[in-house]
Amino acid sequence: MGTAPNKTAAAAKSSQGFVYLPLIAGWLVPGAGHFVIGKWGRGALLAISIIAMFALGLAMDGKLYSGAQDILDLLGLVGDLGNGLMFLVSRAMGLGGDPIQFTTADYGTKFVVVAGLLNVIAAVDAHNLRTGRKS
Amino acid sequence: MLRPSHYTAVLLFAVFASTVFGITQRDTPRRMVRYGLYCFVLFAGSAIVLSWVMFLIAR
Repeated sequence: MGTAPNKTAAAAKSSQGFVYLPLIAGWLVPGAGHFVIGKWGRGALLAISIIAMFALGLAMDGKLYSGAQDILDLLGLVGDLGNGLMFLVSRAMGLGGDPIQFTTADYGTKFVVVAGLLNVIAAVDAHNLRTGRKS
Repeated sequence: MLRPSHYTAVLLFAVFASTVFGITQRDTPRRMVRYGLYCFVLFAGSAIVLSWVMFLIAR
């Protein structure tokens, strides 16, 4: 009974503005989705974790997927695209190793892909907070 | 170029993935910390256990 006014308030709040803004902002820039809705602490931790993971992946000479020659490349590209602007800017700057020559470069490639997948999870979380599905 | 050992890479991976899992999969700060630590222990622990299993299989 005590939650009814809260749900009404959350529903009213969720109907204001563009509800997909945190989702899109969170995808483009890690943590930005949480910043948009005022969750500064969570956003900062998410941003640090995802950006650090992406940067470490590049520092290990990880590969940035640029095309989809086969199904595994396609899956890697989808994961990389989850990084949003970081991936697009890094590709435009020509960062990332080409062929994988060291074991650590393979780790780096996985770091970059997983950073993208974690960023998608974080952006969806920001969307859920915005719509009132999560508190 | 950064060249960490396999286990250092596992620990780095576990720290960042556990942080994101903790924040996104739980509602309250206390539960976020607990779930994050739980995920970290599972990541790091499973790497140790699987390493020993592979070592024993390879002997």
